[in-house]
Amino acid sequence: MNGWIFILVCLAILTWVALCLVYDKRPRFLRPVTAITVLCIWVSALWTLIRRFSEGLGAVTGMNDAAPWGLWIGADVFAGVALAAGGFVIAATVHIFRIERFEPILRPTILTAFLGYMLVAVALFIDIGRPLSWWHPLVMWQHHSIMFEVTWCVILYSTVLAIETSPPLLERLGLTRLLKLVKTTTIPVVIAGVILSTMHQSSLGSLYLIVPEKLYPLWYSPLLPVFFLISAVAAGMCVIIVESYFSAKILRRGLESMLMRDLGRAAGIILFIYLAMKMADLTARGHLEMVFEGSLQSRLFLVEMMGCVALPAILLSIRKFRLLPRGLLTAAFLVMAGIVLNRVNVSWIGMDVSDHLHYIPTWMEIALSLAFITGGTVVFFLAVHYLPIFPRAEDEQIDEQVKSLLPGSRVA
Amino acid sequence: MKKNQHKTETHEFNRRRFLQGLAGGTGLAVLSPTSVNAHVPSYAQTPSVLVDVTRCIGCRQCMRACKQANDLPDNTDLTADFPGSWDPEELRFDQWTVVNPATGCDTDGNEVTRNIKTQCMQCLEPTCVSVCPVGAMTKSELGPILYSADRCIGCRYCIMACPFDVPKFEWEGGMFAVIGKCQMCAHTRLAEGRLPACAESCPTGALKFGRRDSLLFEARARIKTQPERYIDHIYGEHEAGGTAWLYLSDVPFENIGFKSNVETTPMPPLTWEVLSKIPIMAGAMAGLFGTVAWSLNRREAAERQDASENQEDSE
Repeated sequence: MNGWIFILVCLAILTWVALCLVYDKRPRFLRPVTAITVLCIWVSALWTLIRRFSEGLGAVTGMNDAAPWGLWIGADVFAGVALAAGGFVIAATVHIFRIERFEPILRPTILTAFLGYMLVAVALFIDIGRPLSWWHPLVMWQHHSIMFEVTWCVILYSTVLAIETSPPLLERLGLTRLLKLVKTTTIPVVIAGVILSTMHQSSLGSLYLIVPEKLYPLWYSPLLPVFFLISAVAAGMCVIIVESYFSAKILRRGLESMLMRDLGRAAGIILFIYLAMKMADLTARGHLEMVFEGSLQSRLFLVEMMGCVALPAILLSIRKFRLLPRGLLTAAFLVMAGIVLNRVNVSWIGMDVSDHLHYIPTWMEIALSLAFITGGTVVFFLAVHYLPIFPRAEDEQIDEQVKSLLPGSRVA
Repeated sequence: MKKNQHKTETHEFNRRRFLQGLAGGTGLAVLSPTSVNAHVPSYAQTPSVLVDVTRCIGCRQCMRACKQANDLPDNTDLTADFPGSWDPEELRFDQWTVVNPATGCDTDGNEVTRNIKTQCMQCLEPTCVSVCPVGAMTKSELGPILYSADRCIGCRYCIMACPFDVPKFEWEGGMFAVIGKCQMCAHTRLAEGRLPACAESCPTGALKFGRRDSLLFEARARIKTQPERYIDHIYGEHEAGGTAWLYLSDVPFENIGFKSNVETTPMPPLTWEVLSKIPIMAGAMAGLFGTVAWSLNRREAAERQDASENQEDSE
């Protein structure tokens, strides 16, 4: 119980920090409070990890034989992979379709995606029952398994992302020859990345094709792979909006407003397509009336589709709304929340259908997930500080701004 | 004469097709150790067990025999009042079969209690084998599905995917947790020509071991000769594409805890239909994106050249 209070307090503080940033309010104690909260989360996550590896998954998670996949799979892996989809979308936009005005957000987006996949890999390592055997799919092939394909794609795509993320590091280290080599291979690497992403984003949905009688009909569909891919693309774009917004606030640099609006508009169109396909699919399979049956599943489905797909799709289609940075942020945030809700619904609520829930996450599972998010954010800003991630023309300016955020300097 | 010729043609055709099939089958077997069809041409000979629910008295001797035969911790309490007063037991990673009383309505609407034995159903086309990313679940030459902890990574997809919720995980297992499920004593007893431990231990003949086709024949015969004793349904004949364990009952199966919504076709094709298309899709995407990138790049290069030429001209 104490653990839950701790988690709720942490969540409240993190929300407050985000709101402070959004409304440009920077009370004196903002930084120490944030630092202490993050530290507390990391300590509790470390404790969780120690117990997980010594006493087993049952000791720290709410998982059991009736619910073998919990929050770490649903929220950290499934939603994490979907949220990192912005990487391949922007890489394809810039390098394949040559829409080069998106170049300024390429590096931060790729970096976000790379960090996202690293966290997914760590989450998987922690979640599998025999972590030291993680490499088995590389040598013990079983190509009839979707899981086998997903594993390979995630490993290969992480490599692709590592290559795509490397130029800033190579620039900083002055390894010009290696940098040149990386740049000549850009287009094939990006194409490989797009193919691998398409494959595993959709395959995460295909994982559930095998359970037609277990997954709730509101989510089960032969089109699951398509739904997973489309929703990931929209969510990936919205992550870029949120990430750019907060980078701009924290680093006190200009926001690429035009690009963000365009991204928001594209995400809105994709959401409309998703919504239409989802409705058509439910109608075709004769499950449309289940939406209003009043069960836990139907209610969460309504929240997901109305609040996190239809609502942001409408908001993003209104031009005046897109012009407001905070409006754009709100819509993007809704979409992000929606993808997490969708993946959790598919992996937990939709699979755990009976008179009571077999699985309730423990506070420790949430603590580790929060540690992933905060850890990823810290590494992101460290990378931004030390490497040329944001556009060069503003390098000097950024350095000034980052310096002002370092300990010992006063925020102007 | 004409008839004869036709026959020869058919024969030839069949032989060619058989040889092709053989070659294809061998190729498939090399490529895919899990392809069940390559190993077992027909499921008629699959070692199977027929469970007659009407004959089970719930003595749990099979549970004890299972634990002894497989070196599992035996805490089966046989001292309690017999029968039917046992605490319900659940399948666990170290408890591969359980017998529990199940209460439900029979065909006349009376509430009755039956003892139900649960264990791995040994699907003919097993879902767990198809979903396992490392081949830790394999279908043996004989038929039963084996688990190898040496390959397992503990992803628990088999638990999630099993239509009968059979595989169980060692939740307190630290870094080296295992999956556990009935393997029909394939290595220990079947290989030596002995019955599975549970079937051997059954004192009432509720469990009968044999070839699948003869057990199906016997089950149909029992239904036909005693239609008042059995309902006309052999659970496992078609469920999940057919299983090696077959059940006969006097109470409708869905009323005594059997899953009634299991598909009657094999499950693995559900994902294989998508998986098998991936190479073609990936190739098509590579071609498409490659062409787009190449042509756009070339156009840009041409434009740049034009621009520089224009500049030279103006100079």
